[in-house]
Amino acid sequence: MIRVEAHPAPVDAHAAEADERTVFGFWVYILTDCVLFASLFATYVVLHGNTAGGPSGHQLFEMPYVLAETMALLASSFTCGLAMLAAVRGRTRLAVVALALTFALGSTFLALELSEFHHLAVIGAGWSRSGFLSAYFILVGTHGLHITVGLLWMAVVAARIWWSGLGRGELRRLTLFGIFWHFLDLVWIFIFSVVYLMGAAHL
Amino acid sequence: MSERRHATSAPLPGVGHLSLRAYVSGFVASLVLTIGAYLLVVERAVSAGTLIALILVIAVSQFAVQLVFFLHLGAEARPRWRLAMFLTMVTIVLILVVGSLWIMGNLNSRMSMPEQEQYMSSQGGL
Amino acid sequence: MIAPDIFGRLTWNALFPSELVTQVAVVSLGLVVLAVLALVTRMHRWGWLWREWLTTLDPKRIGVMYIIVAILMLVRGGVDVLLMRAQQATSVGTSQGVVSTSTFQQLFSAHGTIMIFFVAMGLMFGLINLIVPLQIGARDVAFPFLNATSFWLFFTGMLIINASLGIGEFSAAGWLAYPPLSELQYSPGVGVDYWIWSLEIAGVGSLLSGINFFVTILRMRCPGMSLMKMPMFSWSVLCSMFMVMFAFPVLTVTLTLLFLDRSIGTHFFTAGGGGNMMMYVNLIWAWGHPEVYILVLPAFGIFSEVVATFSRKPLFGYASMVMALLAITLLSFTVWLHHFFTMGAGADVNAFFGIMTMIIAIPTGVKVFNWLATMYRGRIRFSAPMHFFMGFIGLFTIGGVAGVMLAVPAIDYQLHNSLFLVAHFHTMIVSGVLFGDFAGVIYWMPKIFGFRLHERSLRWSFWCWFVGFVLAFGPLYILGFMGMTRRTSHYAVATGWQPLLIVAGLGVLLIATGVAIMLVQLAWSVWKRAENADSTGDPWDGRTLEWSTSSPAPAYNFAVTPVVQSRDAFWASKQAARRGALAPARVYTDIHLPRNTGVGPVIGALSFILGFAVIWHIYWAAAVALVVLILVVVIRTTGTDDSERTIAAAEVALAEAGGEVSRRVA
Repeated sequence: MIRVEAHPAPVDAHAAEADERTVFGFWVYILTDCVLFASLFATYVVLHGNTAGGPSGHQLFEMPYVLAETMALLASSFTCGLAMLAAVRGRTRLAVVALALTFALGSTFLALELSEFHHLAVIGAGWSRSGFLSAYFILVGTHGLHITVGLLWMAVVAARIWWSGLGRGELRRLTLFGIFWHFLDLVWIFIFSVVYLMGAAHL
Repeated sequence: MSERRHATSAPLPGVGHLSLRAYVSGFVASLVLTIGAYLLVVERAVSAGTLIALILVIAVSQFAVQLVFFLHLGAEARPRWRLAMFLTMVTIVLILVVGSLWIMGNLNSRMSMPEQEQYMSSQGGL
Repeated sequence: MIAPDIFGRLTWNALFPSELVTQVAVVSLGLVVLAVLALVTRMHRWGWLWREWLTTLDPKRIGVMYIIVAILMLVRGGVDVLLMRAQQATSVGTSQGVVSTSTFQQLFSAHGTIMIFFVAMGLMFGLINLIVPLQIGARDVAFPFLNATSFWLFFTGMLIINASLGIGEFSAAGWLAYPPLSELQYSPGVGVDYWIWSLEIAGVGSLLSGINFFVTILRMRCPGMSLMKMPMFSWSVLCSMFMVMFAFPVLTVTLTLLFLDRSIGTHFFTAGGGGNMMMYVNLIWAWGHPEVYILVLPAFGIFSEVVATFSRKPLFGYASMVMALLAITLLSFTVWLHHFFTMGAGADVNAFFGIMTMIIAIPTGVKVFNWLATMYRGRIRFSAPMHFFMGFIGLFTIGGVAGVMLAVPAIDYQLHNSLFLVAHFHTMIVSGVLFGDFAGVIYWMPKIFGFRLHERSLRWSFWCWFVGFVLAFGPLYILGFMGMTRRTSHYAVATGWQPLLIVAGLGVLLIATGVAIMLVQLAWSVWKRAENADSTGDPWDGRTLEWSTSSPAPAYNFAVTPVVQSRDAFWASKQAARRGALAPARVYTDIHLPRNTGVGPVIGALSFILGFAVIWHIYWAAAVALVVLILVVVIRTTGTDDSERTIAAAEVALAEAGGEVSRRVA
């Protein structure tokens, strides 16, 4: 049930202004989310040596696994970009397919991460083991929570595009979602580097 | 049913026009940087100090790549509020993070003697 | 009991406070609430209340609600003060004073929390909602629904902290709840959890408001109003909102980490297991210092408006005022360590932050000189707002100087956590934030409600506040030098502190009189509002755009969006009219305003249930509330784009010509 508008609706200046404000406001919100992650990063760096006699990152992190996670998320950021490209060119079906790919890759990332968390909990390296592990779980876990919200959001956006086509409202929602999803990969760059790479290298 | 709009792609609200090339370049560059950093760590190619610096440099580079190619930072029309707000956020974050690390590092180093700390951490304290 | 877990750890015992003072407080609060509910029912005003106030998206109405909550909490926080002063004045030697130590600890914790988060933030956001859109020539804020949600989250935070009075207990760990005292081991009860959740929820509201007003000011100024032509109050709000946006996420993180320590056994700030409690102090003040500038900058902005209007002169040094605001905004993120010089950092770290703290005093000094220069050669009317300004100038300077003293780490080692510190920050907040917000409410009251307040009694009230403040806090500066630590609930006779603490108690009684006068004159002014009505919309011969509307302003603020050519745009247009220039022809168009919605209060209610349930470990209820909350948010944000109502051009024209603007809400 795909309806496509044969011609884009005449751009109402008032509505366009409102949309621009919304996108700008959301961008600003993302910046505040960056400060939130920065606080979690600061906490992680301060606590990362406090292993309380328990395991350190060097002992726990499995790098090939982490690389797979990272690739999945990076690829999903790329396919999200493809979805945006398809959307502005009016290619509804392509946009939805690209979003579905993004969803699959994002879910893969999340599944890998949850399995990693479960493994850590099972071997006695849960969040209550040490300050280091508390900081690890909250930093990576908050990112994972954002991913979960993103997946939910993505599903709603994709569903709306599928049912209602690519009107002005859907384009705006997709823009907002795209900013959010790219931002999550940006944060992951630092988690990958500071938590996993530096942890594995025992730095 | 035709799914094609007319040839010109509509700009996204507040973002401007997009191109496939930007996304592909960004993706490839990010891949290279990610794998590069990964190999550096796994192969232990350089000393510890250099490694930290390189990891950070690569991370910041990939950050910039994705900001420009995926998030189109800097592509907006003037006045470039998004860029300005982003740069101020980075400034504040650097102040808070570097400041916190300096403060906490200083405090921790003045808290107890290394031997004491080692003993305490082996006993499950500190 | 069939299912004892169904109420988590909430038991009947929690509902029956053991101390007389708390019992009296709970009963009085309960009676007041019941009286209000009964009154509303008797006047058959529930429908009206829901339609006109609770579901509104009009920032002017939301602003009024913020201020009402702030005033109520001022009374609550003030009662806490009276009890604390009574305790400190009497609890000497063999006497144990009027309250138990544990109650005293809850009192000072509640007092600080309430005054900062619900009085100061409430007054500030109230005035911002009321005035900023009007000042910038806009009809609304950027995100009206988000704005309403912010208010309801604020309201929920207020409910949670007041619930702690009657159900359970409040935190005894001070207004910032440092670990390890605030950790589970030393605070196993619900008190700290109440504190965490009240602030976590209210904090989200503040963050959303920060984004909202930041975007509003940047994007919705009327044509011709460049940033350098914007009124100074709006500038100060822009800077304050910038700080809100970048400081509040740190608070959210810190509260969450403490909560995780208390609930799932993490070791962020614990005394063992790899925790680092100093990191809490570092993080909470990284938020806490910007917070005090968040509060004071809008107050500075209010003074800029008041001084210019009542001196009949443009504000002196507009550009340098803007630079000063920007400098304070950035510098406020570079000084936070001065709150914990004594935690043990080295001399280099302490020196850096000490120097930055002294530097940040400079732009404030620039502002003081600019205000005085505005008054110089002006035709000054010493109205009530000007009284508060003059009181501010004197007291804030003294308190500021005390602050520069404290900025020297070596001095701070002597005075940290003494009453000198307490006197310093109260001087800044009372004479800065509170006097500024009072001046703002008095100044803008005609615009908000359409009638003036009783000028003479407000001046009496000012003198009660001013003299009361000097009596209440002057002794505290001295007591700090004498070595008295803050938060002391009992002390020895030999210290010699009691006489000064008695004087301080008298000072607080005088302040309470000032508050009483304010409340009585408010009630009287409401009763006599017809006689004191402001029919011109411009009772003070004002300079900025808000005075160009009727009093109160119509729902849509401006029938025709103003076009501006200079600073003090309204003043400029009045001058032009006096010179005989013709006003441009007014063309009315349809006006679109957002429809009312009940989703805001619903989000507030669900947040309350969530917070309360988490505090009391009623996990099933928390889970249900969370799921429903998510559903409500998803439905609201994916709902139809069309949630506006239209006021037809003809109706607007009629209203402007003097008829009634119908406040239809749907």
